[in-house]
Amino acid sequence: MSSLRQIAFYGKGGIGKSTTSQNTLAALAEMGQKILIVGCDPKADSTRLILHAKAQDTILSLAAEAGSVEDLELEDVMKIGFRDIRCVESGGPEPGVGCAGRGVITSINFLEENGAYEGVDYVSYDVLGDVVCGGFAMPIRENKAQEIYIVMSGEMMAMYAANNISKGILKYANSGGVRLGGLVCNERKTDKELELAESLAKKLGTTLIHFVPRDNIVQHAELRRMTVIEYAPDSAQAGQYRMLAEKVHANKGQGIIPTPITMDELEDLLMEHGVMAQVDESQVGKAATAA
Amino acid sequence: MSMTVDEKKAQNAALIAEVLKAYPEKTAKKRAKHLNVHEEGKPDCGVKSNIKSLPGVMTIRGCAYAGSKGVVWGPIKDMIHISHGPVGCGQYSWAARRNYYIGVTGVDTFVTMQFTSDFQEKDIVFGGDKKLEVIMDEIQQLFPLNKGISVQSECPIGLIGDDIEAVSKKKSKEYGGHTIVPVRCEGFRGVSQSLGHHIANDAIRDWVFEGTTKKEREFVSTPYDVAIIGDYNIGGDAWSSRILLEEMGLRVIAQWSGDGTIAELENTPKAKLNVLHCYRSMNYISRHMEEKYGIPWVEYNFFGPSKIEESLREIASHFDDRIKENAEKVIAKYKPLMQAVIDKYRPRLEGKKVMLFVGGLRPRHVIGAYEDLGMEVVGTGYEFGHNDDYQRTTHYVKDGTLIYDDVTGYEFEKFVEKVKPDLVGSGIKEKYVFQKMGVPFRQMHSWDYSGPYHGYDGFAIFARDMDMAISSPIWGLSRAPWKK
Repeated sequence: MSSLRQIAFYGKGGIGKSTTSQNTLAALAEMGQKILIVGCDPKADSTRLILHAKAQDTILSLAAEAGSVEDLELEDVMKIGFRDIRCVESGGPEPGVGCAGRGVITSINFLEENGAYEGVDYVSYDVLGDVVCGGFAMPIRENKAQEIYIVMSGEMMAMYAANNISKGILKYANSGGVRLGGLVCNERKTDKELELAESLAKKLGTTLIHFVPRDNIVQHAELRRMTVIEYAPDSAQAGQYRMLAEKVHANKGQGIIPTPITMDELEDLLMEHGVMAQVDESQVGKAATAA
Repeated sequence: MSMTVDEKKAQNAALIAEVLKAYPEKTAKKRAKHLNVHEEGKPDCGVKSNIKSLPGVMTIRGCAYAGSKGVVWGPIKDMIHISHGPVGCGQYSWAARRNYYIGVTGVDTFVTMQFTSDFQEKDIVFGGDKKLEVIMDEIQQLFPLNKGISVQSECPIGLIGDDIEAVSKKKSKEYGGHTIVPVRCEGFRGVSQSLGHHIANDAIRDWVFEGTTKKEREFVSTPYDVAIIGDYNIGGDAWSSRILLEEMGLRVIAQWSGDGTIAELENTPKAKLNVLHCYRSMNYISRHMEEKYGIPWVEYNFFGPSKIEESLREIASHFDDRIKENAEKVIAKYKPLMQAVIDKYRPRLEGKKVMLFVGGLRPRHVIGAYEDLGMEVVGTGYEFGHNDDYQRTTHYVKDGTLIYDDVTGYEFEKFVEKVKPDLVGSGIKEKYVFQKMGVPFRQMHSWDYSGPYHGYDGFAIFARDMDMAISSPIWGLSRAPWKK
């Protein structure tokens, strides 16, 4: 049991969490690691590149059909994909109804009780954009993920989200064992992106463990519902993901308790790097035409 | 033996100070505002009220769901009230207020039945609206004589954002304009059941009076039409009240809500006068009807002959001389009967001291009935009263009476221990604590499964029950085994 590593990918919505995590995990699988992916997003798209499927049947939809989660067997919900990666999706209600957070809690409890974590080296949680309520913080509570990897970019809002997620980790770090594994920058080609990402990592007390360059081959693979590792194993991008995978693998036990910063400090950071000009208070809230 | 009022005040003030000592500083500071000694001439009883109970204390309060489902809506007999959410709220409040009614249960009346959507985990995760639709369909199929449905929200409904209003509208349309009322009385709202009463009143306003499902029926008005508001017919209270109004020549066109129907609710705007017993739980709808339909309302008190007399005259004053004369006739008719009751019990009860702690109106309303029997109420307080209740209480309590708002289990126990009343009147949770202390006790929510206590008939039963509690030989027979 001691060798089981539980990690989680968090980050702003649309930042490329699922793509980054699946490529990284595919590379880890190549390295011979036995992997379980737990999708914790009601959209249920955390495993599509591994399974080549649009969306797999989710724990919660199957439970609703069967009556309750107690009526399910592990085999019903678990699919095997690329290089024997095991995949489950928690699922959840359609937008606007019910309680998706409770769904995540229900699903993770079911997986643990039914031995889904036995015989694997890695469990990876892929969680939706924002930690909107207690349910989505489930994977970072006690005895769950030990290291969180925050996927971000040089965009202000992505950095803002990364800082917020750090606050969530800090909250649970003292009561449980969760640590920040590091930042993964998914290049958006914004100004001074690498510099900013490294700077933010430093402020948070962590490191930028990898800078994933932007490459259209990722989109080509995605259209085929494949990871780059599988679609173009010899490409430069596949190499990038392998590097990231090795760094994650080597990062065991290296996680830290983050030191989140205030919104003002975050703005200062952008100004420091000249991305944002000194705020001229007289200009705040004025449209371009008015300025 | 007999103390002066000033001595009594000093003693009560010292008692409050002593009781507060047991609390941590912050708690003591907060609780101190809820405990006081009544000073005659002041506009209220000098306590803060309708404030959140403190963590760590044992409060006697309920929740908003209890106020709506348990108090206001539950007794409406020809409607089916769904306890919407997990099973416990409906199960443990099942028929617990003994709201008597006439009808064939399960056919045209449903008060003592329990309907719940029995939420499971999947209903929380995926939302319960679809399940609610199915339940409504089943209700229509199994109980075709129901005249309406209400949806009583339990806590999760508000948390997961279910749209019970949309479901209610859709189903109402589907069943040809059937009355379906969604009530947002989630238990976590407000500080006690009091907000539940208000929410329930507002739901009647919005979905019964103003709703699209109101049925137009032939109604021949008379100048003497009144509606009884805020009598839940516990043990038959509304019945023993109604007959007095009828004997006076008034026509009772609605009972809110004990033994009441949806048709009565809908007809109430045609009343000439609303007579209001439980001010706390139904002043909201009374005020609304006054504003919207110009119906005056008058508070009355049907506990004990003195207050009944006053109330009959007050109600009659809103009508013509014929009714006023009738009121006198009714008073005269019952006077000898009441005197006989008093003659029988007063000698045994004279001078006995009572401490009360109850809900809506009783902490003040029953004081007159005790006084008719020669008894004295030395302490009283409200579970969920507001300042306007404590203002009204000043007309009932004596100078120097101990007042305790939202009393905690600890405080109540200590007060009784020191004041040593001859009778405590409160609820089931308090009953055995005090009986074990050797203090006679009567439940003043459920009438200890007796009643009615309202009206002249009710007073005879009230007097008998109080005598039974106090004069029972049991108190002389029980002895602590270690006291030889």
